[in-house]
Parts: sequence; C-alpha cells; structure tokens
Amino acid sequence: MPITLCTCLGAIFERSTAMLNKILICLLLTLSFISAASEEVNVYSYRQPFLVSPLFDQFTEKTGIKVNVVFAKKGMSERLAREGKYSPADVLLTTDISRLIELRDKGLVQAVNSPILNEAIPAHYQAKDKTWFALTTRVRNIYSAKRLGKIDINYEDLADEKYKGRVCTRSGKHPYTIALVASMIGEHGEIYTIDWLKKVKSNLARKPQGSDRGQVQAIHQNLCDISLGNSYYFGKMLEDKKQKKWADEVYINFPNQNNRGAHINISGVAMAKYSPNVANARALMEFLVSEPAQQLYAQTNMEYPVRKGVEVSPLVASWGSYKADDLPLETIAKHRKLALMLIDKSQFDL
Amino acid sequence: MIALYQSKKWIFVSFLIALVLILPVFVMLIDGISVQANLFSHLWQTVLPTYLENTLLLAFFVVSLALVFGVISAGLISYTNIAFKNQLRWLLLLPLAMPAYLIAYIYTDLLDYAGPIQRALRSWFALQSPNDYWFFDIRSLAGAAIMLALVLFPYIYMLTRGAFEQQDQNLLRASRLLGLSAKQSFFKVALPLARPAIAIAASLVLMETLADFATVQYFAVNTLTTAIYDTWLGYGDLATANALASILMLLIAFVVLAEQRTRAGIRHQSIRPNTNKELIQLSFTGQIFASVFCWLLVLLGFFLPFILLIVMAIEYSDVEQLSSLIEAGFNSIKISVIAATLTVIIALLFGLFQRLHAHKYAHIPQYISGFGYAIPGTVLAMAIMTTFGPLDHWLNDFAAMIGLPTPGLILSGSLFAIIFAFVVRFSAVANGTIHSAIENIPSSLDYAPASLGLGLSKSLTRVHLPLLKPAIVVAWLLVFVEAMKELPAVLLLRPFNFETLSSQIYQMISDERLEQGALGAILIVLFGLLPVVLLNRHKDK
Repeated sequence: MPITLCTCLGAIFERSTAMLNKILICLLLTLSFISAASEEVNVYSYRQPFLVSPLFDQFTEKTGIKVNVVFAKKGMSERLAREGKYSPADVLLTTDISRLIELRDKGLVQAVNSPILNEAIPAHYQAKDKTWFALTTRVRNIYSAKRLGKIDINYEDLADEKYKGRVCTRSGKHPYTIALVASMIGEHGEIYTIDWLKKVKSNLARKPQGSDRGQVQAIHQNLCDISLGNSYYFGKMLEDKKQKKWADEVYINFPNQNNRGAHINISGVAMAKYSPNVANARALMEFLVSEPAQQLYAQTNMEYPVRKGVEVSPLVASWGSYKADDLPLETIAKHRKLALMLIDKSQFDL
Repeated sequence: MIALYQSKKWIFVSFLIALVLILPVFVMLIDGISVQANLFSHLWQTVLPTYLENTLLLAFFVVSLALVFGVISAGLISYTNIAFKNQLRWLLLLPLAMPAYLIAYIYTDLLDYAGPIQRALRSWFALQSPNDYWFFDIRSLAGAAIMLALVLFPYIYMLTRGAFEQQDQNLLRASRLLGLSAKQSFFKVALPLARPAIAIAASLVLMETLADFATVQYFAVNTLTTAIYDTWLGYGDLATANALASILMLLIAFVVLAEQRTRAGIRHQSIRPNTNKELIQLSFTGQIFASVFCWLLVLLGFFLPFILLIVMAIEYSDVEQLSSLIEAGFNSIKISVIAATLTVIIALLFGLFQRLHAHKYAHIPQYISGFGYAIPGTVLAMAIMTTFGPLDHWLNDFAAMIGLPTPGLILSGSLFAIIFAFVVRFSAVANGTIHSAIENIPSSLDYAPASLGLGLSKSLTRVHLPLLKPAIVVAWLLVFVEAMKELPAVLLLRPFNFETLSSQIYQMISDERLEQGALGAILIVLFGLLPVVLLNRHKDK
C-alpha cells in the first residue's frame, strides 16, 4: 500500500522515481535530526497528570532526564502494539493490575532485573518474571452513610436484602469493579458470584453511573447509604472545597476484616518492550520506588506506598490499619474476562 | 448534464484523496470481518438488544427534537416578523459552542437531587426523600436526548435558515398569486424547498449523536458506542469492536441513502436571495409564543450553562491554572485551524469536481469521505493507527536500510494523526455545507463562463468561489468549532506532552471536578463563540 501511494504521488507531480527518492531521503534526514534529542524518557500513563506530574518534576530535578508523557486511559495497549518496534514508549504506568498483566500477555513489556526494584517491593507485589512492579496499593473500600452508625461490613453483604435500594456504585465495567468481581470469583467461584451480582444489582438505588466520588455524593444526597470506592478518593474529597461536605457524611470501611481481608488493587509500572531509552527508563522506575517518591505518593495521592518503612499520610493513617486479602494479583487478572462476562450476564449496568 | 471541464489531474487527485480519507474506514471494516462469533453471541444474548434499542431511541429523539428546535426557529427568523430578529438570528447559533459533555455535566449539577432546584422544591413543599415526589431524572435517555438536541439543533437551524434565505422569492410570490396565504406558502413552498438542507443537517445531527460517547456515558445510557468500548477495552477484542462500529456506520449509511432516494430529482437553484420578501405577520400571542420559543433555546442551550460555568470559575479557579490553560488553548487552536483549512479545501475540491465534471461517478469522492463522521472518534483513532502504523514502519525500515537514523513514528505518532482524524471525521460537515451551497448555484453559471471562453481556473476564481464564499466561511467555522470540542481522537492519538482544552476538561469531568476545570471550559466556549461572532459579522456585510 505505501508503495502504491508514493508511486501515485510521484505520478501526480510527474517526477521521476529517482527524484522521489531524493525527496524522501531529504525528508527522512530532516526528521531524523528533529527526533534526535537529549537525555529523556517517554512515559505512557494511565494515571492522571495531577497524580504523577509532581513525581516526574522531582525526577527531572534529580537526574536531569526530561520526562515526556502521554496520558490516556483508553487504547494504550493497542497504541503500543501498533507502534511495535518503533514505539517511543519507555515506561508504562497503569492504575490497575489487569492492565499491567494485559500488557505483559500481549508481549508489550520486557523484564527488568533491578536489585533496587526487587528489594524495595514486596514479592507478592511484583511479577515473578519481573515484567511488572506495583508502586502503590489501594483498597476497594465500602463507604457508608454516617446515619447508619458504625458498621462492620463484607463485600458479600452488598447483596443483603437489608440494603435494598440503598447501594450505589460506578459502572460494573470499570476496571476497579471488574477486579473486585474477579476477586469474588477467586474466593467463591463463578456460581456464587453471578448470584451475588444479581442480588447487588437488585439492591442498587440507581443504575451504575459516575465515578467513585459521585457515589459518595449520592450518599450525601440521601439517594443511598452504601457505596464502593477506592481509599484515596476519601482523602481527595476531604481536600476539595466542594466535595468535603460529601465526604463528611460518610465513614470509610475496610471490608471483610473478620475473614479474608479487603480487596487490594495496585498501581504499577512496566518497561516497554522496545524501550529506546532503557537506562533512563530503569532510572525512572527505580526512582518511583525510592523513598522520596514513595513518600510523595503517600502524601499527595493518599495511596499506600509499596515500599516498606514509608509512612502513609497522617490522614490515611487516621483511617486505621487493615487486613488485606492475600489472593494473588495474577489470579485477579486471570478471572478478569469471566468477571466481565458475568457482569454482562447479570445486566449489572442496565 | 454535459461535462464542462475534463481535468485528468483533478479526477485523479479527488479520487486519491477520497481513497486516503476512506482508508481507515476500510481498515476498520476489514478488521471487523474477523469478529469472534462467540463474543458476539454472548453480547447478543446479554446486553446488545438493550444497547441497540437505546441507540435507536436516542437517535430518534435527538433528531426529532433538533428538527423541531432548528426548523421552527429558522422559519421564525426567516419568514416572520418576530421581535429582536437581528439579535436572535445569531444568538440561536451560540449553543454550537457548547460541547455536549459540558452541558450534560452542568445540567446534572443543576437538576440533580442535591442541585439547587430540587433543594428549593423540597424546602417549599416540605418534602423529605426522593421517594416523596417525582422529578425529571436528568441522568436518563430522555435527559441525554435533550442535552444533545440543545447543542446540536443549531446545525439544523443554520443550514435551514441558509436555505430559506437563498430561496427564490419569485416562487413564493407565485404561490401567493395562486391564492395561498403567506403562512400556506411557507409550508407548501418554502419548507419543501429547504428539504435538502434540512436533510443534510439532520444527518449531521444523527451522526454526531451516534458517535457520542462522553454524554451517554455520563448519563449511564448504554448505547452501541458503549458496546464498542466494552468489547474493545473490556474484552480486549478490537475486531468485534470494529464489527460493531461497522454496523453502526452501515446503519447511518442506510438512513442517509434512503433519505437521498426520496428526494431524488428535487433540485432548487437560485442566486437571487431576495431581501424583499414577504414576512408572515405574527399575532400578539403568536409573537409571544415565537419569542418564548427562541429565547428559551438560547437561554437553555447557552446562557444558563455559560453563566453557571462562570460562577464555578469564580468560586474555584485560580490564576495558576492559566498558564497551562493558555498552552492547551494554543494547541487546540493550532490543530483546529489546520484541520478546518484542510477539510474545507478538500470539500471544495470534491464539491466542484462533482459539479463541473458531471460524471456518473463524480459524486463518489464527496460521498464516501463523509462516512468518517459516523465513526466514534476512538474507533476512528484506532483505525488511523492501524492504517499509518505500517506506513511508519515502512519509512523507518527504509531509513534503516539506507543507513539513516530512523525518524520514529512521524505519521501515527505525531500531530499528523490527530489532524488526519479531524479531517476524516469532519469532512461530512464541510461537504454538507459546501455541497448544498454548490447545489444552489444555477447550472447556467457553469456554462456562461465556458461559453465566454473562460478556462476552468478563471471560471472557478471569478464565478464559483465568490458565490461560495459564505458557505466556505460557514464550513470552515463549523469544522473549527467541532475540532476545538473533539475529545476521543485527541486523547488517543496525541504525542508526548500535548494537552488540549478538551482533554484537560475531560480529565476534570471524569473526576466530578468540573469546577476546577471551569476556566478551561469557558475558554473552549469562548473560542467556539469566536466563529459565531465572525459568522454574524460576515453575514452583515
């Protein structure tokens, strides 16, 4: 196809092929000069700019390596796959374990053998084959209206009749929900999970919609009493002028504390398979698990740092410690597709 | 009709450009053939029927509402003595500047349970919970339809009004002489004559509706676009997503074709826009109804949401955001200007080609290039990546082969990809506007310069282009505004460190924090206003 195109162009301008070749070479030369640049590292990020920009600024300050970023939640893996060996991407940042594993399964990442990474990150938060690494963990919390009083709750209880018409959640097809459903499959199996989904669905106050914050707003509006939401949103809402009054109306609960523990997801990092700046990429990855970076994650993003010994922010600490579900992250990723099919089957979003 | 000019180059270039523009669509169709039967049947058994139903209902409601809003207001402005006509004439265009996802967010804030309106109602009537009373649920299919219609009706208004204003008044006078009242002659002559323009505008609205994702997602209305995203992002199956997108596109093609069939052979040409036209005199109550109708559209489609945005900005924005906003704004303008210019040039090329060559297949380039509008932006973006990725690889391999440093992804990884996406997506907008203007030029004007011995280029520069100037301006501005608002292609195709106003605002909205993006939203709307003001200026000359 490209050849035809160029021949066509040649025909239009009635130039000989020799001339065309010269033009092409000139073009390539100029472009090569443009693309040759100083020390830099290219990041494809699922994470939002305001979360990671401060980290990149610190990294550049410390190392002099410039960080170029594209932010996108959708289509990153397709973009990488299509770019293939000429992809400029070095480092990939994601907000969900399934995305990381999807990247690995599609052969888009490479293993990184770094003692620094291996040491800083607990073994169950990095891939055995060193293809992905968690940077922070987040809990899938259950928010409850203060009007209910202090409650002790399990994910299983969302299907309880006593919450009929009082549960709110975001779309069933959001990666966070899918991961939770996948963990339910891992714990209870498919048959239990579909039944649970149907019951939760019948308990919903409204069709799944909006973001995790939107659910807390709905509790504030007395549309529902219970909602699902990631831990750090609570902190973010308390800091937001408008959203503080929503957050003030809810308790943040760590589910399943008397049994398997709360469902954990991670934000993570991987190195692109065709990374053109391997050394810089590794430097950035290692920086992201360094103490100052992990502290920044903890302080500004209110997430739980993976590095041992790094304190969570005082606000996060005030929510108390919790027991985490030790279901392997790979299992959650493995059940992802089935989870999605069950969500469709239960018509969760309709 | 006799072909007046035969320019081989023109034929070649037209078909070549059309081919390049349609390439991503082909890629999508071909990719869609390798659909996974079991995933498709799983979707069909679970959610797809509901999605399809929602899609059809949404499309039907949006187009009907937009037609009611657009045609009535255009009729009132063009053919009645409605008060404040000169102001309303351009005020009715303002909602175009509002992105649908923005207005959706703002109205949700206003009409939601916790919004000021419901709060006020509750305190007046001493109501306690949402179960005590009924209130319109904005986050619904009806809500989404109203939101979309409120910002899309100006297309219909603009093109219909344009058609009304170009109409040959002698036809209307003739109908009056034959005994029709002013009102009857509007309905029996003016309105049917405007049908091609109305149809083109309605098909634009239809395509825009079907390709919308942000609004329906915000309102939790699951449509075919939802299914496309699910299959691709959830199930990781791009082929099935492409198959669904192809179905969507064929659906639209069918509707557009069917409409064209029913008005085959209808032609109306005139260059005598008569200012001296007879207006329908509205009665006092008629005047009130007409005014309320038009002012409500302007108010709800523009002023109310815009004022709320300003309030949000005053309350939440800080000056620090300004510098990043200015950069994003500059980026938005840059890509929009380039895209608008290219799109209009291509539309002119196609439109005039069709007209002057009068060949059996001369309409093809224009026709097929319009399909891009019906493809959801993200799917199109993926298709563009699939199309240009291999080309990039070939270039790089070539460079490596002859020993040059590889230039990287100069097509699929640069602004080229975004601009290409815009041109593909918005060709239909420019084509529609320019095509209907070309149709309005009497064929005699094609022959006159030729009979005087003028060549093709002289005929174009001295006759056709001057006559098309208003349409060119309108088309350019429409594409510009659309490009400023465009979201999915930008999100997916942008190169490193590249933010536009729309990508920044989307980020905020998806976090329920529009307040902090209000300043950026105001900028988008203001840039969107610019064309409307210019448009108005241009018309007044």
